[in-house]
Parts: sequence; C-alpha cells; structure tokens
Amino acid sequence: MKLGFLVDLNLCMGCKGCEVACKVENEVPLSSWRLRVKYIDIGTFPDTSRSFTPLRCNHCESAPCERICPVSALHYLENGIVNVDSNRCIGCAGCMMACPYGAIYMDPETNTADKCTYCAHRIESGMMPACVVVCPVEANIFGDVEDDHSHISQYIMAHQGGVQVRKPEKHTNPKHYYVGGGTYTLDPLAHQRLEGHNLFNNITTLKHVGDPNHGVLDRFLAPFVSHAEHDNKSFMNFDNNGLESHEQEGGH
Amino acid sequence: MVEHTIDATHAVVTLDVALPGIIWGWMITLNMWAKSIGTGVVFVAAYLLYRHNKDAMPNLRWSMPVISFIALNVFLLFTLVDLHQPYRMVNIFLHPHWTSAITVGAWMASLFTLLITILMVIGLADQFTEYFKRGCKVAPVRSLMSFASSKSATYEKIFPFVVFLAIPVTAYTAIIMAESSARELWQAPTEVMQMIWAALMAGSAALILVSGSWSQEARKDLALILSVAVFFSFAMYMGEYFFSFKSSEAEATLAYVHAGGSYNVEFWFGMTLGFIAPFFLATSTMKNDNVTLLRFAAILALVGLYMAKDVWLKIPQMLPLS
Ligand code: SF4
Ligand code: SF4
Repeated sequence: MKLGFLVDLNLCMGCKGCEVACKVENEVPLSSWRLRVKYIDIGTFPDTSRSFTPLRCNHCESAPCERICPVSALHYLENGIVNVDSNRCIGCAGCMMACPYGAIYMDPETNTADKCTYCAHRIESGMMPACVVVCPVEANIFGDVEDDHSHISQYIMAHQGGVQVRKPEKHTNPKHYYVGGGTYTLDPLAHQRLEGHNLFNNITTLKHVGDPNHGVLDRFLAPFVSHAEHDNKSFMNFDNNGLESHEQEGGH
Repeated sequence: MVEHTIDATHAVVTLDVALPGIIWGWMITLNMWAKSIGTGVVFVAAYLLYRHNKDAMPNLRWSMPVISFIALNVFLLFTLVDLHQPYRMVNIFLHPHWTSAITVGAWMASLFTLLITILMVIGLADQFTEYFKRGCKVAPVRSLMSFASSKSATYEKIFPFVVFLAIPVTAYTAIIMAESSARELWQAPTEVMQMIWAALMAGSAALILVSGSWSQEARKDLALILSVAVFFSFAMYMGEYFFSFKSSEAEATLAYVHAGGSYNVEFWFGMTLGFIAPFFLATSTMKNDNVTLLRFAAILALVGLYMAKDVWLKIPQMLPLS
C-alpha cells in the first residue's frame, strides 16, 4: 500500500477550507502551516486569471528529510506516509534544509519540526485526511496509488499526460500529484513574489522560526519553565510596524 | 526579489502565508568557522612536525591541542545552542540514524574532541610539570596531571589517529550540505575541497598567532600554507561566483550576491580581507620574516573566512522553495 494525494487544480476554487481544516485538526499554531493555498495571478490586465495551489508535504518515496534527520524523528510508515515523531526531534532544522518543497516548519510551541502527515492518526482509524473531507468541490483525492481500482489511481489513469509532481528533477519521487497545473503554479522560480501579499500584514518572511519571543536561553529553560503565559498577540507583531506599514505596502 | 518571472505569463503570487526566513544563521557560521580552526591546526601541526625538528617550534606540542580544544568546544557549544531542543542532543547517541551526515559527524566530532583533550592534557602536563607538581593546589588536577605526564609517549601514539580523523571531521559538513537537497548552492562537489582549504587556512592562521618563538623556517612554512590555502579557496569561490553552470536554483541564489546589497558587500569584504590581502601579506613575509605582518595576515584571514562562510550559508536559505 502506498498512499498518495492528488489535487485537481481545475476544480480548486481557493476557498482555503483545507487550510483551515488542517489547522484545526492538527492544532497547527499561528504563523505555521502544514498546508497552505497559494494564489497566483497570471497574465496582464485585463487578460488575467487566478490559480490556486494547495501545497503540503509530498510524502516523497525518496525523502531527503528522512535521510538527513539524525534521530529518525522523520520516518516512513508502512503505508508510505513520511511521519514525524515530535518527541524525538532535536530541532536541528536539518529537515528544513533538506526538503526541497519547504514543507516543514518549526513548531513554536514544542520547538520541534512538524509537517503534514496526511493525517496519519485519522488514516489509522479508517478516516480520510481532514482536508479531503472538508473540500467542497472534491478537488483533493486521496488513496492507495498501488491499487489500480482506487479513486486516485483511476483519476491518474484518466488524466494521463496531465499529471504533474513538483520539482521532479530533485528525484524525491513525490507521492503527491497535481492535475491542471503548470510551471507557473508548481515551480516557485516561475512566478514573482511581491512584498506585502500574504496573510499577515507586511510579512513575507518570518525573521524567527517559531515564536520570536523565545530566545536561545528559553530553549534551555523550557523544561523547567512553563509556557502557560503564551500570548498569541505576540505572533502578530513580528516587525512591530503595525497597521501603518500595512497600508504603506498596499497589502490586501 | 530574484525569481525569474516568465514574461509570457506574468505570474505573480498575490496571496500567500509568511515563509520562514534564515534558519541556520550566525551560530552555524561560527560553528563551521570554529571547526575549521579545530581541525586545521591538527593538519598544519602534523605537516610542521614532519618537516621540522620539534625544537624549532617549542610550544607546538601543547598549544596546538589547546587551540583545537577551545575551537572544538566553541563548535560543539554552538551546535548545541542552535538546536531547538538542546537536551535531546543525546538522541543522536541513543537513536542514531546512520544515513544522516549530522549523526555521523556528531559521533566523529565527539571522538575527535576526546582524543584532542587527551593530547591537550598530556601536552600541558609535560610542559608545566613543575607547576603541576608543586604550584597546583587542586589535588585531583595534580594527580591527573602527574598521571598524564607518566603517559607522555601516548601523545605520539594517538597523534596519527587524530590527524587521520581530522579529515572526515572537517569534511562531513560538506556532506550535510550535500544532503540539504533544498539548497542547491551547497550541493557542489567542490564543497568538500572548500572545507579542507578552509581548515588549512584557519589552522595555519591560528598557529601563526602563537608562532612568535618559532624558527624562521617553520614560520616560513606557515606563511606558505596560508598563502596556498587562501589562493585555492579564493579560486574556488571565484569559480562558483563567475562560472556557475548549475541549476536555475543555484543561479537564482547567487543572484543575491550578484545583485549588490548587503550580501554583496559582505562577500567582497570577505574576499578582500580574508583571501586577497592575506595572500600578498603572507607571501611578502616569506622573503623577509616579519612576525607582526604575518600575524596581521592571519587575523585578516580568520575574519574574512567567517564572512565568506556566512554569505554562503545564508543566501541559499533566502530562496522561496514553494
Ligand atoms: S515533501 Fe519535504 S517533508 Fe515531505 S517527504 Fe518530501 S522532503 Fe520530506
Ligand atoms: S529538526 Fe527534528 S525532524 Fe528535522 S532533522 Fe532535526 S531532528 Fe529530525
């Protein structure tokens, strides 16, 4: 059994339902993402179109993140899922350097690496990943790619020639497919990223990985000091520029 | 931003989440830089001991392991501090994953540091025998040192292993870089040689600082090693900078330096201070021995090496991966 994922970008309407469902299901902290939907506009006004690309871990068959992890916190499950054991992770960020898709984040609450696990905990009890269940247009298709009769296999067969993976040149052999995409949606070098177009005002990169209020010393004190007084407001205050700079940037 | 826009499509990201910035920062730069010193002094000392009589370099036997010990501990400390779960470092030993160069490197570096510590204790015990016999008030230290001086011959027995081990310890970072599939600029096979040249450069520079009492010939050799190391390191950086026939990702990464800005300034400062200036200073001291000038060259080389490593570490992390 090899579980795979397919997103039909012709169907996706960018509602971000999957993004929200994933955050809720996996308690993904603010500022961190296991799954995100990126909007890309193509063409010159008035001939423009907007495409939506859900991005998550590709559960690569030859996963560089698994290879580099010094303590096997990232490991394969029998069904092909690349799982993460956050209790073992030492937080070296090696996996973040290795994953060519930027699929891993450092959890600011646990100080460990985390990423999409295809909802391995739900799969275990026979359920579908949360993002699949919530998708109103059934753009997310999930199943066993080794079973010829599964929905995903049928879909791949029906769309032969139009099925793509991200960065095939990296030889990671991703188990996440796209239908209806193009270079401009799947290759980050093929589109321009202008400042100021993101979910948080005026941020395109996080200066700190994790909570900016957690310094190096806190990492050593963490086992002794409780993090109970976590203030979520701090997450929104990355560059202390506030609303003015939002307007200056002309953000959304 | 440096990404290439395909003109025909004019594809622009109009809504996205915030992406992580630089993750491996100055601590990892410092870590690599300190490791170059820690291993480099061993290579250079081995060469000097092969070429010259011990008397030509009176303090080498103890100062070399002391420098290496300090540098290796800086390296280990900052490796630890950079972890988000520092106490779990022990998992590398309890649950090692041998496909990871991080694991293999941690094991080798720990063994290397252990051997260097033994060399240091023996070297110090031999050099300061009188002090440890009479002046030292701390009994356990006194007895450890008297034991160490009774094992003086062990130093020469261990030393070849230490030299041998220094090669993979200095080179394994290049394998971590190679395993970091997302950062194409680090993938170059030349990265291994770059690490070795960096070690020779940092090692000779560090030993130059303590070579005041050495014979002129020994110092001349140090100046020669420094010149050769900075020359080849510089040539490699230039090769990557100007003739990078690599992937579009590596090209896009290098554009951060090519395009000007702070990384461009840091890179060229590093090249000038750490490579070009030391080359001319060190070669000039080979003709007429000038300890002060040579030390100046050594300090410049150490500063420049840090800057060059810093740029090369950070820029590939600025490219959006998705
Ligand atoms: S997409 Fe990234 S995190 Fe997921 S398996 Fe592949 S390399 Fe690992
Ligand atoms: S950050 Fe954690 S999961 Fe990632 S490589 Fe390091 S130990 Fe493994």
